[in-house]
Amino acid sequence: MTSETNQTPTTQNRLQLTTSPHLHNNWTTPRAMWAVSAALAPSTAAALLFFGWSQIGILLTSILCAAATEALIQKLRKQPVTIGDGSVVLTGWLLALTLPPDFSLVSAGIGAIAAVGVGKHVFGGLGYNIFNPALVGRAFLQAAFPVAMTTWRSPNFADAVTSATPLGALKFDAAASALFPMFAGNTGGCLGETSALAVLASGVFLIVIGIVNWRIPASMTLGVLVFGTLIWLMNPQAHPSPVYHLLGGGFMLGALFMATDWVSSPVTSRGMWIFGLGISLIVVVIRVFGGLPEGMMYAILIMNAFVPMIDRFTRPRVFGAVA
Amino acid sequence: MRRKTFTGGGVHPPEYKELTEHLALEAMPIPEQLAVPLSQCLGRPAKPLVKKGSEVKTGTLIAEADGYISVAVHSPVTGRVTGIGREHSGNGSLQDVVLIQPSESQERDYLPPIEPESASAGELIERIRQAGIVGQGGAAFPTYVKISPPRDKKIDSLVINACECEPYLTRDYRLMLDRTFDLISGVRILMKILGLRKSSIGIEDNKPEAIRKLRETAGTDGDLEIIPLKTKYPQGGEKMLLKAVLDREVPQGKLPMDVGAVVQNTGTAVAVHDAVVNGEPAIKAVLTVSGRGIRKPRNLVVPVGTAIRDVIRFCGGIHETAARILVGGPMMGTAQHSARTPVVKATSGILVLTKEEISWGRETACLKCGRCVSACALNLMPTRLARLSRLGRFEEAGKLNITTCMECGTCAYECPAHIPLVQWIRLGKQAVLRMQRNRN
Repeated sequence: MTSETNQTPTTQNRLQLTTSPHLHNNWTTPRAMWAVSAALAPSTAAALLFFGWSQIGILLTSILCAAATEALIQKLRKQPVTIGDGSVVLTGWLLALTLPPDFSLVSAGIGAIAAVGVGKHVFGGLGYNIFNPALVGRAFLQAAFPVAMTTWRSPNFADAVTSATPLGALKFDAAASALFPMFAGNTGGCLGETSALAVLASGVFLIVIGIVNWRIPASMTLGVLVFGTLIWLMNPQAHPSPVYHLLGGGFMLGALFMATDWVSSPVTSRGMWIFGLGISLIVVVIRVFGGLPEGMMYAILIMNAFVPMIDRFTRPRVFGAVA
Repeated sequence: MRRKTFTGGGVHPPEYKELTEHLALEAMPIPEQLAVPLSQCLGRPAKPLVKKGSEVKTGTLIAEADGYISVAVHSPVTGRVTGIGREHSGNGSLQDVVLIQPSESQERDYLPPIEPESASAGELIERIRQAGIVGQGGAAFPTYVKISPPRDKKIDSLVINACECEPYLTRDYRLMLDRTFDLISGVRILMKILGLRKSSIGIEDNKPEAIRKLRETAGTDGDLEIIPLKTKYPQGGEKMLLKAVLDREVPQGKLPMDVGAVVQNTGTAVAVHDAVVNGEPAIKAVLTVSGRGIRKPRNLVVPVGTAIRDVIRFCGGIHETAARILVGGPMMGTAQHSARTPVVKATSGILVLTKEEISWGRETACLKCGRCVSACALNLMPTRLARLSRLGRFEEAGKLNITTCMECGTCAYECPAHIPLVQWIRLGKQAVLRMQRNRN
């Protein structure tokens, strides 16, 4: 304390001087990142349940390689190492959940290195990346190992021995899968995406605690319902129904965990609606008309590129603005 | 029924009002020495009329207003002037103070009481000017200026600001409970001045007891409408309150009178009553002393010019864990570097906060989560404004309306990256205002 305040009857503390506000809601970057990571637990559990314990190797490889890459880059750049803030763990974890079961560990590690190196640190690290880092890593793997990235295994409790994802089966074999297994997760697909139920539960949790903005999943769902229905009505036998779109592939994981990534999504409310509707339009178009059965990853990455522009053109009307 | 509030944005920080809301207003004894600041409003300091050795009574005019935006200052006690000194004000700048040594016996030198029913609006305004009343809502604007708008501004609404949306503060709440009758009398005087038959009191719904008591005391004449509002910070901001109560939006760069409204704080209404009916000039501050760092939180009536150190001492002193002393509320108040800072007419609170209450973490890069954008009650883009300020790109910040910001602190409260958004925006605002001045 200063000499003057020593005259107060108590304490020898030093007074802190900062500007207002003096209260904070207690959210911190690490806390938010770890909360999202924790919210991945149900999907991870579903992945292990449907595809076996051995899948944990993919998760650990991806997370460890992601963290090591970040630490190495930060050491080289003489920056403080921030692997404790949870964001790099989250990137590695999310990447692992978008990989097929029994994926090669070496490839998973390469994907994680690409995710953190190219997806995050090339742009300047946390807060500066334009694209979702986990999806950058996945896109890299899709380009580098196209066969491995589309080689599926049937889940543990499947009645029929099928090695296709529901979207793939519909597209290439005109065989629609039953909706309930798609909801529960007992179908072919990437580790974390098959159980719509698990992703949905976590997503609702993240919305309730205020980390995920509801506008992005809501606009994506609305968009898929609208665009998906329009196209489905043109030929209901050949095209996926809107519900099939919602439950199939990586829609849920993308809508609740990937598109909602703070850094690579818009900050304005209107921007979030445009962003979500854009993703849903692109994903429906890719799934129905594209060469691939699934297009969630590209839909999000494409819209990521538009985010700075969306933010610019959706600035809210300032209170009291004179038109 | 859905409660009224302003649209978009806002937060609900923990209230901490339970520390003091149950404690009735108490008068603090006169301290050993007073340092009465000559600067009591946001305009010019008053010109002193006393010098070393002058004898003054409680209520004696000791400094007169210097110009239009300036208020008179009266002695809060009976005693002897020991000189004109310098002290830090709540915002840290140095200011002139009249040093007064109180004497044993206290005598009043008040203005003659006025019968509000028979007085003219002009007489009442003149009394409010003489009494040196300033707005109690934070900005400390001379009250007489606010209630005498230019002729071309037609005023059709008076809104009393009883939100007290800052956490910890309960002095407005206690005024509503302990001085209900005087508060309503003050509101009726303001209505008479403005020539209005009706007025509204906007009060947040976290104060049901006060709502009940105000309704009961206001009676059934229907001239006073008590409007409960959904509790949301920063509803006590004038612009937010008018949006909530009247659904009127004050245009940028304009004042409430431009939308036909006058806003007055609860404390101001009580001060108006005191000045008119009792002839008592503005010589006391009603304030809340609270925070986990103070031993005995209280709601006090304190003579203007009392050092916050003396107030703290009267409240049992501070705990070892005390980390920060604030004048004002925790969202907009100013941290003090010295406990000698004197209480002024508009002081609404003295808070002693501990490290746990402050809970600020380490700053990280902006994650573009958009929380500040959705929380901003004025629909600004705080993260963008702060970044532009930091980069020195003030021209762009000006185009994005940085000067509209009222520094309510909502954005920084919400920011998970703990970026001092308000600090950067404040810097940018000053730079932009400077640029605009230089251009003219």
